[in-house]
Amino acid sequence: MKTDDLISMLATGVQPVPRRAASRRLGWALALGLAAALAIMWTEYGVRKDLVQALFWPMLWVKLLYPFAIGCAAYVLVQRLARPGAKVGLSWVGIGTPVLLVWALAAVAWFGASPDERMHLLMGETWRSCAFSIALMALPVFVAALVALRSLAPTRPAWAGAAAGLLAGAAGATVYALHCPEMTAPFLGVWYLLGMLIPVAVGAAVGPRLLRW
Amino acid sequence: MQSSQAEQVLRSLFLRGQGGDEQAYKAFLQGMSRHLRAYLSRRLFGWPDDVEDLVQECLLAMHNQRHTYDSDQPLTAWVHAIARYKMIDLLRAKSVREALHDPLDDADELFAASDGEARDAQRDLHTLLETLPERQRLPILHTKLEGLSVAEAAQRTGMSESAVKVNVHRGLKALAARLRGGDAS
Repeated sequence: MKTDDLISMLATGVQPVPRRAASRRLGWALALGLAAALAIMWTEYGVRKDLVQALFWPMLWVKLLYPFAIGCAAYVLVQRLARPGAKVGLSWVGIGTPVLLVWALAAVAWFGASPDERMHLLMGETWRSCAFSIALMALPVFVAALVALRSLAPTRPAWAGAAAGLLAGAAGATVYALHCPEMTAPFLGVWYLLGMLIPVAVGAAVGPRLLRW
Repeated sequence: MQSSQAEQVLRSLFLRGQGGDEQAYKAFLQGMSRHLRAYLSRRLFGWPDDVEDLVQECLLAMHNQRHTYDSDQPLTAWVHAIARYKMIDLLRAKSVREALHDPLDDADELFAASDGEARDAQRDLHTLLETLPERQRLPILHTKLEGLSVAEAAQRTGMSESAVKVNVHRGLKALAARLRGGDAS
């Protein structure tokens, strides 16, 4: 086929493209994945029993806002990486800042505590399961975001996969925070971060294979 | 024509195409093919036979991914990223990794030159089209080659109108996958 014939073929009967079609797909992926993650948390884990009371404690809000802020930045990042030639810009700052703030809080708590309390601040009661639970709750958003990305055009597939993983990890951590009993910054700075990084690593690994177009 | 002027002209044609204007979209693709040809033949000078194939692959990719263009973005950046991605894919397939390190690569360059002389492509899209399953091939045949409307194609194939649109889209994506020699998904 000559290039001119291909051009006629592509132009013939070309359908209008809905505005914001690309960003809407990722938005839907996030909404559906989040609903599924909430359902898993609700049925398999249960909301922490003192949640209403805990809403008055600043640490609960730190625990919710920390992954939430990372998730917002990751959402912007995924949107940009899904489009050829879009500049990634300063989305990195939005990801790094919450982590640094929580680390600062963790350092304050760590050095303010007596040496024999420190291990408990860091490990809490649930360090063994925390990262894996977050990764499990990240799974629905992770799958949905990759499906959405497959219909878009990431030109850096490993990065796009990693960013989708971060979005999923942050969404999973936000949902998990409603169940999780831990209330210390050192715990958040290590185990929550680790939980969010698991899907990032998986995303970076599967991206080049799954997101080819 | 200057790069910035080409950007303006092509972008306005493309945006009209996004609204469903066939003539503008066709003019966009024609202009684009000339820029792509000039751009790619300068980079693939060792493989002149691959240039036209890659031009076609890029055009098909742009068509399939046209919903990923954000109108706040320069068109040059979008087109350049797609052309580069497809070119790297080809070079990787040829496993010529040293050719990837091209220090002179710059998005602005893409619209700076134009080449209207098309060589023959090696792969024949008609033949590839034949390999698509009926449910994708027929809607493409009716709406894109015979010029029927979606409603007429729906009647002809017994599909719903939205099924026709979806199958055209899927078929063109499958065609792109076959062009790059990958899986047929």
